[in-house]
Formats: sequence, C-alpha cells, structure tokens
Amino acid sequence: MSDDKFDVIVVGGGPAGCACAYTLAKQGKSVLLLERGNSAGSKNVSGGRLYTYALELVEPGMYQRAPLQRKIVREQIMMLGEGSAMTLDYVDYGFGEEVPQSYSVVRASLDEWFAAEVEAQGAMVGAGILVDGLVEKGGKIVGIRAGEEEMYADVVVAADGVNSLLGQKAGLFPDVKQHAVGIGVKETIELPDEVISQRFALKAGEGAARVALGCTEGISGGAFLYTNQGSISLGIVFNPEQAAKHGRQIQDIFQDFKTHPAILALIEGGTSVEYGAHLVPEMGFHGIPQRLHREGMLVVGDAAQFGINTGLIIRGMDLAIVSGLAAARAILASSSPAEAGPLYMRQLEELLLLPNMKVYANFHNIFAMPRVFQQYPQLANQALQFLFRVDGKVPEPMAKGLLRILKSNVSFGQLAADGWKAYRSL
Amino acid sequence: MSIKKLSPEDLLALNKFAVDEGNPHILVDKTKCAQCTARPCLVVCPARCYRQKDGEVNFEYAGCLECGTCRVVCTYGGVTSWNYPRASYGVTFRCS
Repeated sequence: MSDDKFDVIVVGGGPAGCACAYTLAKQGKSVLLLERGNSAGSKNVSGGRLYTYALELVEPGMYQRAPLQRKIVREQIMMLGEGSAMTLDYVDYGFGEEVPQSYSVVRASLDEWFAAEVEAQGAMVGAGILVDGLVEKGGKIVGIRAGEEEMYADVVVAADGVNSLLGQKAGLFPDVKQHAVGIGVKETIELPDEVISQRFALKAGEGAARVALGCTEGISGGAFLYTNQGSISLGIVFNPEQAAKHGRQIQDIFQDFKTHPAILALIEGGTSVEYGAHLVPEMGFHGIPQRLHREGMLVVGDAAQFGINTGLIIRGMDLAIVSGLAAARAILASSSPAEAGPLYMRQLEELLLLPNMKVYANFHNIFAMPRVFQQYPQLANQALQFLFRVDGKVPEPMAKGLLRILKSNVSFGQLAADGWKAYRSL
Repeated sequence: MSIKKLSPEDLLALNKFAVDEGNPHILVDKTKCAQCTARPCLVVCPARCYRQKDGEVNFEYAGCLECGTCRVVCTYGGVTSWNYPRASYGVTFRCS
C-alpha cells in the first residue's frame, strides 16, 4: 500500500459513515473518513432519536460512551385543533431498562463523538474536506477528488447523505424526486433541564418523544418534539410538493405551530438557539434506488434513502448505522472490490435492514391520504370538546352531536375509503 | 428571552454562517425562473433564500441551510447548479 492509497475511503462523517469506518478500522483496514463540515455533525440536522440496538450491533456497550441525551420512556401522539389539542401519552419504563430502547440525540455532539471513536480505532479522519468527485479507471471507482487532490482506495463508501451527489456522479441513481422526500425544519430551544423534566413528568435522564398531526394546514406531514438535556428539539416535516401548492411559507406554518397554546406551554421561557433544515427520505422500501453499488463503490445511510416512517416510529439513524456496518462487513469478507457490492446487499438482508423496511413498505400510502393531516385531527378535537363541554344548557344528544361533528369533517364514503386504504397499507 | 414567532431573518440570525463571498454554491438562471409560474422555491426554501421582487425571482445564498429542497422542487431548470459550499464555508450547526 502506498501512502496515498487506502483500503477504504468513507465519504461523510454521519452515523452511516462512522459505523462503517469504525468497523473497518477496528479490523485493521486502512481507512480515510472524510467530512465536509469542520467537525462531524456540524452539517447535520435530524429530528433527534436514535434506536440503541444499532450501536449495540456495531459494538456491545458502545452506547454507554456516546453523548446521548435522554432515554425515551414517554411516547406521545398529539392531534392539534384550532386552539386545542389531544395528546396520547404512553409511558413505559421498560423502554428505559437494561439497554434502553432509544435516546434523544443532538447530532453536533453525537457525530463528533462517533468520528473521534473512528479515529481512536486508527482510521484517518479528515474534517473540513469536501469531496466533489470520483476517480474512475477502467469502469471502476478507484478514488475520490477533493479540489485539486486525488485520493485512492480499493473501495469508496458514499455516506454523503440524502442528496448523495456522489451516488449520482457514479451513475447509480438519478436525483431524488420531490414526492420521495420530506423537508424538515427544526428549532432547538434551550430550557433548564429540571424544567423539561417537570413539564413532561420525567425523572433525570428520562425523555419524551412526541409526534403531532394537525399542524401542517392540511399538507402531508407532521411535527416532532424530542426532549434533550437542557433543550427541546421542535420541528415539522412537510411534503415539499404539497407545501409548494399550498402556497404559504413553511417556516411561517412552523412558527404558528410553535406558538400554538398547547405547544407554547411546553417551551415557554425557553430560548431559541438554532434553526436547521434537512431533507428526509420518505418513500421507505420503495424509495431505495435499484443500484446501491458498483465496482469500487457502496452507498450507505440516507444516501441510499433508507428510512422508516410509520407515523409513530421514525427511523433513519439506526438504519444508517446498520447499513454502514453492512458495508464494512461486506468489504471485510470480500477478496476483491468486485465482490463487495453483492455481499453488501446480502448483509443488508442478514442484518435485517431490508426485512424491516419491507414490513412497512406501503406505509407511505397512508401519508398520501389528505384527511389524515387536517380533518381527522380536527374531528378528534371537536368530538372531545363536545364530550367534555358543560355550560348549563341542554346538550345535544350524544350520538346526534358526534354524528354531526363527524359529518362536518368527513363523509361516510371518504371514511370508508380511507379506512380501507389504511388497512391495505398496513 | 421568551418564545415568540420568529421571522426567517431572526431564525437565520441564530445560526453560525461563514459566507464564501462572491462564490455561490448554487447557481440560478433567472431567465428560466421568468418562465416558471409555480415558483415552488419561494414557498419551500426553509431559509427563504428565494424571494420575488418586481415579478423576478431573486436568490441569495448567504443564509442557505444546504438542505437541497430548491434543487428537488425546481422542475423548470432554474437551479442550474447545486453543490455544497466549499469546505469550511456555509452553515455550522452546533446544537441540532
């Protein structure tokens, strides 16, 4: 091996790239991890929850070293009405026992930590380096280009995120389509840690994760809230195509949500400290490109559009880590760069990433039902208002009142059609 | 400070940017934008880098969050080139 040739160059210091580089370096491969941000994580934004099993797959016990925020024991679903909200709060302390199921995370610290772990395994980590091209020779990818410089490797792993310019440059897939992604916007709001614990009924170290519907003015999408240590991550993901047709600026819709009385009560007194945005793969299994490899190159993480969104469970970082691990195992098991691609696809099956995604393959159809984002949340709120209201007047008979509220939001035909469609998608 | 609605300018002012002066990472061809009536960029760019003035689309890359939405929604070819900023430029997220 010459000085400027590595076994593997990993492009992108997010969870996928770091998991891959870590595993390879640990097994003695010469690895170069390149990150365009001045530190890993400084270009990344995510809602904020990592399912712990993925780190456990990389190395048991590793999560204990990671700068994780709060272990999630409260799972909450919120439906917003005009000035009201209905929240379903599921608390399960079992989720926090032994190896806790999931943690809220802040990417600036998580990714920076992970990259340092990679370096400690003997890999070379280059932050503040933008990879802007690939080096091809005889139909194979043999390296990368960063400005004037070329660097070579047996395999290049593209962990360059949802926009994956490298995957496009390699001719593996076309640019992402607007119906296949969501645009997420997020504000990080600082609050004293004890205040967060009190407001969400949490003990120190425990966290809440919340999804919310009825806050997107009918646009396909939903909001999220994660409690961190000393901050709350609050945001909305919109379908960009529908948002554009709707016509109102997405940050204005987001600011209305932020100041909805039911949300404001949770963040009041806090300080907004950062505003981020990021695309999210939303098509699930059907959004995965046909080709994720060619000789000398593998595509992992968001770049491969790995993501699961059931409305309740939103997974991206765990799949990124598993795919990075899959790529590393494939490279370790292959005797030539040509073998790595097919082995990678097999590892994605064996590590259960693809089987997981297949289970939820048709879930995106539910998010194509417009009434999920406005009429049904509104219906729930109006029904509860009717049921809880006492003003001394003679109330409408209960069945009659509920039927009136139902009909004012949705027709029986629509209800039946949506019910059938939802059933078919599950 | 208490929580209030923030304008796009206020939101971007929270962030740390290193603007690569005179070297935009995204190129926009206004003549293409002139033929586009839908102009989704005006609505979905989360940093509002795209604004309409006197019927023309103006693009300002300084507050770009590097998300890629404009490239994805532009079906008229107005976004002629989309790249990440050169190394060490652009937005730096510290607590996202």
